[in-house]
Amino acid sequence: MSDIEDQLLYTKDHEWVNIDGDTATIGISDYAQEQLGDITYIELPSESDDVEQFEQLASIESVKAASDIFSPMSGKIIETNSELESNPGIINKSCYEKGWIARIEISDPDEKNNLMTAEEYREFLISSG
Amino acid sequence: MTTEAILKKTPLYEQHVALKARMVPFGGWEMPVQYEGILAEYQHTRRAVTVFDISHMGEFLIEGDCVNSGLDRIFTMSLVDMPIRTAKYGMMLNEHGGTIDDCLVFRILENKWFIVVNGATASKDAHHIQRHINETAQFHDATFEIGKIDIQGPLSRDIMKKLIPDIVNLDYFAFDYFDLLGKNVLVSRTGYTGELGYEIFYPWQDTAILWDELLKFENVKPAGLGARDILRLEAGYSLYGHELSEDITPLEAGLSRFVDFNKEFIGKKALLKQKQEGLNQKLVGLMSESRKSPREGQIIYSQTQKEIGRVSSGTFSPYLNKGIGVGFVVTQEWTLGQKIYFGSPENQVPAQVTGRAFYKQGSIKS
Repeated sequence: MSDIEDQLLYTKDHEWVNIDGDTATIGISDYAQEQLGDITYIELPSESDDVEQFEQLASIESVKAASDIFSPMSGKIIETNSELESNPGIINKSCYEKGWIARIEISDPDEKNNLMTAEEYREFLISSG
Repeated sequence: MTTEAILKKTPLYEQHVALKARMVPFGGWEMPVQYEGILAEYQHTRRAVTVFDISHMGEFLIEGDCVNSGLDRIFTMSLVDMPIRTAKYGMMLNEHGGTIDDCLVFRILENKWFIVVNGATASKDAHHIQRHINETAQFHDATFEIGKIDIQGPLSRDIMKKLIPDIVNLDYFAFDYFDLLGKNVLVSRTGYTGELGYEIFYPWQDTAILWDELLKFENVKPAGLGARDILRLEAGYSLYGHELSEDITPLEAGLSRFVDFNKEFIGKKALLKQKQEGLNQKLVGLMSESRKSPREGQIIYSQTQKEIGRVSSGTFSPYLNKGIGVGFVVTQEWTLGQKIYFGSPENQVPAQVTGRAFYKQGSIKS
């Protein structure tokens, strides 16, 4: 079973978000990094760009596949984890901490109602097999 | 579920399950794509030694004079001049010069041949060979009698000599029969990784015993098809179904050095015509300027945004720390070193046209 952090909220596309006041830190879940395998490339968004909830935030490539990462919430991008550009494998090693992808300034806190709690995400993973 | 039911299993299936391999369908077989992780298995092959289950490959035994039986005519390379106990790489073509398969031919005796073909095409290949040899030759399909383990990496000889002391005398592309754990088996010094290595052809029902024994050695780890694909792409080897097909000639695939125009072979006329008229497309290497990697099916663009080709295989190269790949490009539209782009109309990634071999520093001939 993949590791799920209790204090985070999750999307059906396996992103996580950690909300702290009006700032949200975004990454991908342990399940997502396991499915992707060794991550070899990430295209980070530009800082100060706006992003809408569930729209593309970044794109990621692994030795197996290329896929998109969607933003769990709407907001303005205030910081990206530029260390990932030269060493994207950090996401495989530490997807919930060192492998965070971007921080945004949240524009609508109510959007968190569209996300899953850790418990709901656990059930979602089980039910989706 | 029905597709799973018809997938063939190698004699090492239980071993892969016990090693918690991720299994995928590959050419009609259920094969391990990875064990601990594709990059770790790649690195271990480049730096130490790994074992691969390649039992899905097809194996044929043929007895007969290669010229009188029609066997030599089936292949682009000459069988006539092969020394006994050596292997040769080449292709079988259709009348249009398209590639039925690429394969290794081993000369066991003056008139005894062992042919190793791709797993996905084995039954088609068997049919093709049988159709083109006459009654002076005997054909036997040994695919389900022979398991195959590739042991590859700079330390592979050190491991093999513990089991077969005489292995140290085996040259590149040579083979012999050796006693290995009580069985007399064919071992060749060949591979698909760009490293020193051996291919072991072992009795199907005993292959699991050999696999378990090899993994008992310190430093030996299993590697799956995921690592194998990166290793072969870095080394510049073609994969049937990607760089070769019934619609692709060896000339287009850049494999003309495996075509002997001094002999007769099926498809020769078509190749001569293509040679005379000039190629429309040719396989080239692509090196990304970044870690972003080309993927099969992506479009290749010229500097002027003109569509000039398609990616046939692509991956991230840990050796170069960049994306690499190969693709077919319209012949007039490229020169080595030229800047091109790969991707889609919306997302074009800068890259450079290169040769097809990206990794030439391997232990392969050491």
